[in-house]
Amino acid sequence: MHEGEFAIPSRLEEMAKAEQIVLGTLERLGYDETAAFALRLALQEALSNAIVHGNESRPERFVSVSYRADAARIVIEIEDEGIGFDPAAVPDPTREENLRIPSGRGIALMRAFMTGVEFTPPCNRVRMVYERAKRTKQA
Amino acid sequence: MTSTASRLRVSERNGVTCIGFIDRNILDEANIQRIGDELSRVVEGLVQPKMLISFSNVDHLSSAALGTLITINNKIRAKDGQLRLAEIDSQIQEVFAITKLDRVFQIHDSVDQALASFS
Repeated sequence: MHEGEFAIPSRLEEMAKAEQIVLGTLERLGYDETAAFALRLALQEALSNAIVHGNESRPERFVSVSYRADAARIVIEIEDEGIGFDPAAVPDPTREENLRIPSGRGIALMRAFMTGVEFTPPCNRVRMVYERAKRTKQA
Repeated sequence: MTSTASRLRVSERNGVTCIGFIDRNILDEANIQRIGDELSRVVEGLVQPKMLISFSNVDHLSSAALGTLITINNKIRAKDGQLRLAEIDSQIQEVFAITKLDRVFQIHDSVDQALASFS
């Protein structure tokens, strides 16, 4: 089992550091390119949401990241210091009337590329699970 | 004629402005902002833009990059222009399919196919 936890300040340029740590773990465990693509995308979206929306890009606020990974699955939890949000209130970006709106696709992509995505009320914490056997090839 | 802007390769073929990306990963928001600004300047300099964006060099993109593409597409449509996307990696194609943006953008396998599709 590989596991770790760390925190980054709420600056977008700090995201690369978090990605390096988590993706480096995946590489050591032999996860393939499909997994790396999915995890990089989901991490990018979750961290960006936490920094920009959760912590309102205030650098004195931190985003906490923890992960546990083995050869079969990886679980990543990301928590910001914001007040949370209502995931059900996020408009479906795939509805015809929303297709030409530039924002609002991050959570949909996280759900599509991860095996599971759960928000813990008040939803300033997200838990993402990637199960290798179920996601070796995207549907 | 070929010129290199900071994050884009810009050239012209048969009246079509062809764009390529220098970066393999279009994830970082600051970088995406720069790409968006550069694309906007290109569109603003054209009367009725015909633009082709190639993703041949791109391995990753994020929802912020999709947002920039939508903004550019909206600006091109406002000028009665046309936008085509080409040479998109299969995993990135999936991102377009999941978000149903493959219904918003005209996506072609090759640059030649995309060029032939302009009216």
